[in-house]
Amino acid sequence: MSDTLPRSVASLAAGLARGEYSSVELTRHYLDRIAALDGALNSFITVCAEQALAEAAAADAARAAGHAGPLTGIPYANKDIFCTRGVRTSCASRMLDNFIAPYDATAVEKLRAAGLVMLGKTNMDEFAMGSSNESSYYGPVANPWDLARVPGGSSGGSAAAVAAGLAPLATGTDTGGSIRQPAAFCGISGLKPTYGRVSRYGMIAFASSLDQGGPMGYSAEDLALMLNALAGFDLRDSTSIERADEDFTRLLDAPVAGLRIGLPREYFDDQLDAGIRACVEAAVKTLQARGATVQEISLPHMSLAIPAYYVIAPAECSSNLSRYDGARFGYRCADPKDLTDLYCRSRGEGFGAEVKRRILIGTYALSSGYYDAYYRKAQQVRRLLRDDFMQAFDEVDVIIGPTTPTVAYQTGAHSKDPVTMYLGDIYTTAANLAGLPSLSIPAGFVDGLPVGMQMTAAHFDEARMLGLAHQYQRDSDWHLRAPAAFT
Amino acid sequence: MQWETVIGLEIHAQLATRSKIFSGASTAYGAEPNTQACAVDLGLPGVLPVVNEQAIAMAVRFGLAIDARITPRSVFARKNYFYPDLPKGYQISQYEAPIVAQGRITIDVDGAQKTINITRAHLEEDAGKSLHEDFHGASGIDLNRAGTPLLEIVSEPEMRSAAEAAAYMREIHRLVRYLGICDGNMQEGSFRCDANVSVRPLGQQAFGTRAEIKNLNSFRFIERAIEFEVVRQIELIENGGKVVQETRLYDPDKDETRPLRSKEDAHDYRYFPDPDLLPVAVSADYIESIRATLPELPRAKLTRFVNEFELSQEDATLLANDLETANYFEQAIASRPGQAKQTANWLSGELFAALNRDNLAIAASPIKPTQLGQLVERIVDGTLSGKLAKQVFATMWSSGRDADDIIAAEGLRQVSDTHLIEVAVRDILAQNPEQVEQLRAGKDKVLGFLVGQVMKKTGGKANPALVNQLIKAALAN
Repeated sequence: MSDTLPRSVASLAAGLARGEYSSVELTRHYLDRIAALDGALNSFITVCAEQALAEAAAADAARAAGHAGPLTGIPYANKDIFCTRGVRTSCASRMLDNFIAPYDATAVEKLRAAGLVMLGKTNMDEFAMGSSNESSYYGPVANPWDLARVPGGSSGGSAAAVAAGLAPLATGTDTGGSIRQPAAFCGISGLKPTYGRVSRYGMIAFASSLDQGGPMGYSAEDLALMLNALAGFDLRDSTSIERADEDFTRLLDAPVAGLRIGLPREYFDDQLDAGIRACVEAAVKTLQARGATVQEISLPHMSLAIPAYYVIAPAECSSNLSRYDGARFGYRCADPKDLTDLYCRSRGEGFGAEVKRRILIGTYALSSGYYDAYYRKAQQVRRLLRDDFMQAFDEVDVIIGPTTPTVAYQTGAHSKDPVTMYLGDIYTTAANLAGLPSLSIPAGFVDGLPVGMQMTAAHFDEARMLGLAHQYQRDSDWHLRAPAAFT
Repeated sequence: MQWETVIGLEIHAQLATRSKIFSGASTAYGAEPNTQACAVDLGLPGVLPVVNEQAIAMAVRFGLAIDARITPRSVFARKNYFYPDLPKGYQISQYEAPIVAQGRITIDVDGAQKTINITRAHLEEDAGKSLHEDFHGASGIDLNRAGTPLLEIVSEPEMRSAAEAAAYMREIHRLVRYLGICDGNMQEGSFRCDANVSVRPLGQQAFGTRAEIKNLNSFRFIERAIEFEVVRQIELIENGGKVVQETRLYDPDKDETRPLRSKEDAHDYRYFPDPDLLPVAVSADYIESIRATLPELPRAKLTRFVNEFELSQEDATLLANDLETANYFEQAIASRPGQAKQTANWLSGELFAALNRDNLAIAASPIKPTQLGQLVERIVDGTLSGKLAKQVFATMWSSGRDADDIIAAEGLRQVSDTHLIEVAVRDILAQNPEQVEQLRAGKDKVLGFLVGQVMKKTGGKANPALVNQLIKAALAN
């Protein structure tokens, strides 16, 4: 088969349908690329070559039997936060280095049912806590556009793998920007769906009220195709939302004319890199030229998003991570003297620094006497933010802005200063706090590094937002560019 | 100085759901360790709780029975602490918005009634068990019980004696069993209680410092534990000491309470709403649909038994105490309402004795309610003497046959034919002239002997009252 495959999943699927190559051949192609190229990136924690080829063979058999769906036989990379029966799920932590779940996450089950082939489990920030993929127990991931730079995080392995052509699709999870920010840094597309769209069952929890799984790929169209397989009500997740299944590709070709775009003035402040501002403004002009109307809007409580987020997320994580105590599964320290020693050393040795930092922050925020001042207050801010968005969506259909205030930075740049890194989430956390669907697509380059444009829509309005993103991608080619070292 | 005791109780009633409160694993008692714990109960990474609707329904049922306010949106919260038998490192409970609030229940103490207010009742999951024996210096963990639904029922500190506390515990116990929401089995831990106990000088408004006595699992223990604790606190204070706020454990073998941990060791549980669970919305329609299925409550039934069947308070209490006994009684007299009193006597006498002897629950009685009703009817209509009835009862118990069957087959019908008995009386009097003389001389004791002889001659079937009467008549001539 040819070395230069089409990037888009729709084209790959068409090739499979026409019999130009089999799923086994396609899978082998990606496995070969992983073997050859991932040494430089470290984007995979576990590669499942044998299992992937078996799944591919099964997909080919299904196709031969006339049972192929739109994604049957398409390989994907799975963030190592989704539990996979029989394959280690580490969450990039020493704590779970030995953990093999006896069950599949609902998302994994659904992707398998749709015929997708899992190539392996991708690297990430430990327990999804981080924005640079530097907190992984398995080492940092490099950005394919510049190996000295971070790929973003926490879904950094997934973003780097897709950008480098090691997988055409990947799963990610987004608690405060963990799909969108690495997508922006690596020049790919990524979608955080409405909270409750994609089941969280089997997706290891960081901050339950904010976590949402979603697709990562080259284009908005690919995201829509993958979301069709991922989304859906799940009885096993009480926060999953019961709605009729929908086809997220149905509005891809809907006209842009008449769509109302809102530009929040709080997103275009002086913290924003001038080059990124120029890229996003140019992209907005393109959409305007297609007939979209553009207006400035205001989200008055935007500046409170980061403080609220960094209370709520650590608070929930401090409780969610209590189950890792060395008693039943996961890392256990050697020769514990007594129960307290078992707890202290198992957790002390099993968790990395960033995870411990957040557990401490969260424990403090929930403590008696501080709860009202921190956690309750943060929840009130969350409500205000949500109201800001609801008001904005009375006037506009999609809110557009930059995904990140800067392009990908050097590995190690923020290692001594976590707060600066936290501020990198300034444009992304609000959508999580408000539960809104939000995506990032490529919108240009600054100094040879990709720039992401963020779109945010009202609850359950993914299809319309994906349509707008797709129409932009018909008029631009940023998403078609690949890093030179990985073409 | 005169002291007043102040007691508030927290009762944990295990709800009788088939599966756990947040998972599909079975709640059956007594399985091999760790065979009834699924991934959710084990707290494995990524798993999520889903609330069992039955547990919600049972909590609402309880709330309605104690005339409480049902919270329209109750919230599950996490209570965070580390313990080996607590798999997630937090217990899912309810904190700020419990499902049941502000109820009340009436208790009887020494013939007087008293209403105890119930602050709240909330749903929570039970923890597993740590086993410290048989592991050679290590501990075992059994998570079968982890995730079992509990209703924690918290009273106001309104009880003033150990007897009131025990009466309250009995009343709640009776109620939850009536409602079918808890099996009430205290040996298996399905119904247990923590008691908050303090003392204060009589007349003082402010509460004294309280001690919490944990895990009392019998009515006797709660009474003795509180009595001990009250004496301990009073002696401590009178000797110049101070009660410290602490958790204590009652040791039934030594009949004393011992400190378990002090307030300084108390955890900061860092309660916050569980983000994995949505608030539980209970609609007015839902509440009404549950109200419609409420059974007649114990107190109402007791009153009805007294009024409708003219039973004594004591008999009615005995029958109404337990729903199955009450149902048995009502079925036994369903078509024979006139014989309620006699049926109550037979139920609490012969039937209870036989059930106790063979260690059977009333539901498993070999004599069915309508069969007992028929037996009693045969006594009332004179077919059977008390003595014959006991004989028939014994045969019914061993064979399960109807009384009428046994009477017919074994010819056990009481003889009330005056002529037949007169013949027998005449014979016996003729055969025992000496005793007849004694009786005439006023030795009444001899009457019993003569009656016995007549009974013997008639094979025990003569109506004893009639025999009595006829002997007296014969001598009067």
